[in-house]
Amino acid sequence: MEHMTNIIELKHITKTYEDGFSAVSDFNLEVKKGEFVTFLGPSGCGKTTTLRMIAGFDLPTEGEILLNGKPITELPPNKRPINTVFQRYALFPHMNIYENIAFGLRQKRTPENVIVKKVKKVLELVDLEGFEKRSIDTLSGGQQQRVAIARAVVNEPQILLLDEPLGALDLKMRKEMQLELKEMHKELGITFIYVTHDQEEALTMSDKIVVMAEGKMQQIGTPEDIYNEPANAFVADFIGDSNIFNGIMTGKLKARFCGGEFACVDDVEEGTHITAVVRPEDVILSAPDKGRIRGIVSSVIFKGMHYEITVESGKNEIVAQSVHSAAVGQHVGVHVDPDNIHIMIAEDHTNIFAAEINKNNELEYNGTVLDIPLTSIIKGSREEDGSLFDAAGSEIDRKKIRIKISIRPQDIELTDDQEEGLVQGYISNLIYKGDHYSYVIHTDLEQDFVVDDEYLWNMDDQVGLLMPVEKMVFTVKK
Amino acid sequence: MHRYMFSRKSLGIPYALFLVLFVMAPLLVLVYFAFTNGQGEFTLQNLTGFFTDPNTLGTLCYSFGIAAVTTGVCLLLAYPAAYILATSRLKAKSVIVLLFIMPMWINFSLRITALKEILTWLEGSLAYHPFLNTVLGMSYDFLPFMILPIYTTISKLDGALLEAARDLGAGELQAFLKVTLPLSLPGILSGVSMVFLPAMTNYVVLDMLYNSTYIMGSLIGSYFAAYNWHGGSMIALLLLGIVCLFTFMTRGIEEENTRGGALL
Repeated sequence: MEHMTNIIELKHITKTYEDGFSAVSDFNLEVKKGEFVTFLGPSGCGKTTTLRMIAGFDLPTEGEILLNGKPITELPPNKRPINTVFQRYALFPHMNIYENIAFGLRQKRTPENVIVKKVKKVLELVDLEGFEKRSIDTLSGGQQQRVAIARAVVNEPQILLLDEPLGALDLKMRKEMQLELKEMHKELGITFIYVTHDQEEALTMSDKIVVMAEGKMQQIGTPEDIYNEPANAFVADFIGDSNIFNGIMTGKLKARFCGGEFACVDDVEEGTHITAVVRPEDVILSAPDKGRIRGIVSSVIFKGMHYEITVESGKNEIVAQSVHSAAVGQHVGVHVDPDNIHIMIAEDHTNIFAAEINKNNELEYNGTVLDIPLTSIIKGSREEDGSLFDAAGSEIDRKKIRIKISIRPQDIELTDDQEEGLVQGYISNLIYKGDHYSYVIHTDLEQDFVVDDEYLWNMDDQVGLLMPVEKMVFTVKK
Repeated sequence: MHRYMFSRKSLGIPYALFLVLFVMAPLLVLVYFAFTNGQGEFTLQNLTGFFTDPNTLGTLCYSFGIAAVTTGVCLLLAYPAAYILATSRLKAKSVIVLLFIMPMWINFSLRITALKEILTWLEGSLAYHPFLNTVLGMSYDFLPFMILPIYTTISKLDGALLEAARDLGAGELQAFLKVTLPLSLPGILSGVSMVFLPAMTNYVVLDMLYNSTYIMGSLIGSYFAAYNWHGGSMIALLLLGIVCLFTFMTRGIEEENTRGGALL
């Protein structure tokens, strides 16, 4: 096997701006020579900032960047053997294509006859032979992108940085360029660091994907790893469509979530709170009595290659993909093969549940009206003549809005008096956590709540859950 | 039935009238006077006269000299100022830009009078350095016209271009010389055209600073004062020709730099 060395290493990189905003925090990464690494994440996740620190445009507030083992953290961009392909190309408008591509070589005082040869060769690489004399504004977006790539690779950098280079192209062009870039990467053998928010692009092109969110690395791995074994709920949600459920391990290789017990292949200790991820294509719909859980089809959308079928089971929603259609209102059984259930240990046990808005524009859960006006939940909204209006002044349709409530386990209290609780259920699991017990209450609405309580209750005790409104955190989803 | 005969086109009538009455007609009159003599006959004598008379040619050279030096001084002062302003991250940037422009809002004869007093105090008498004083007065007067277009072009410059230059191995100076400077050229040209041509004709500054040498503006004035409409018109026409030539040249450069955000 080929000896692989780290071409670039990022150690504890942190970037905090003057206003205290932390764009990247404690970011660690090792990239091997010749790898195609992609930073993937939603906008504002710090991926571009990280790239800019590698390029030298931004300096990290903490941490170190090593190139071939030598620190380059403070080296100005012109001294780094790294070149960048910019998001909006950044071609010099006052130079023709030849001059644009020759720019880097001229800085190195390359003799003109060498420049001519190199420019010709790199233009062949990007399929723009004979374009030397053309001016930039006669080129299409795709062609400009090729020139930008040529201008960077002609300098034979050790690392090529690409900042969402295909973002401005249309879908067809983007697909073409993805394959071409991949080819180019093989041909040139240069290390590529690629930034994108497009998960499909990342999965198609990369050897290694770094998933980022809120300035932190969420997961690093091959596209297969990231897709099949997401490290947490964020990654699962961001990469592809996913059904994500909170649940609990009920035995060896057995997990309960979504109101049913499923066999799984991840060996997690019994009683552990988990997050279960199931890809829609792995959800198998069957006759009502043949599945693990029962549900009713609530919507069917034709997607060309398949149908996207949403099934409601109790308070849970399961999205399935199937080549067979189903009828809305049909009773179905839902089953998932053990291989296709991905179990993650839930670090965060915060309970999340959905509340409804009733006719009087009050927040309601399980038939109880919560003592908090909607206007204080939906920012900038106001109530007039029994209707809700948003900040822009248009009426809010209560059916189109979903309010999620999250509450931490330690903020819920258990009570004997079931009717006093906001929701009722039985204790389905308990673990002693040293100074308190962690209970799982399976409610009558088929949801599992995690409650921390210092008093001992018994398994199968019927309890009510007291949830103070002031401890609830509300998020509005449209 | 068309109750309203008023169409959108009618809105252009006042402008068309204005154009005909105050632009086209005077221009035609100017051309007519420039190429006729006192008897109303066609002649090129006004033209040849201008280029053969050592006095008028001397005035042309002196005007050129004043204008060139003034433009040079303005450019040297304005470019760094505009560059620093445009590239700084100051929050109060617009306020500082305003400070540079504010003199334009104060009556210029007041400003020149103030300058005159200062110069008299410094030099003893204004008579010792008429050329220098004129250049100072004009530079003071025209500086904002140079700063503003340069500031605009540099502010509009895409920062990614500079980053690209740095990324491709250019140091800060190289990046400035190869990217910022050529791309701010439209602003420079715009500024030059707004300073150079007025500087050739603005004889009020000379008058106020007791510089009795003629420049083009004073020359035209003197012809008209002596009721020589024909000679004066020819000089005015020649200056107009220079403006057209300059604008034409600037256009060519600006077309190459479509990104430029110059004022003209």
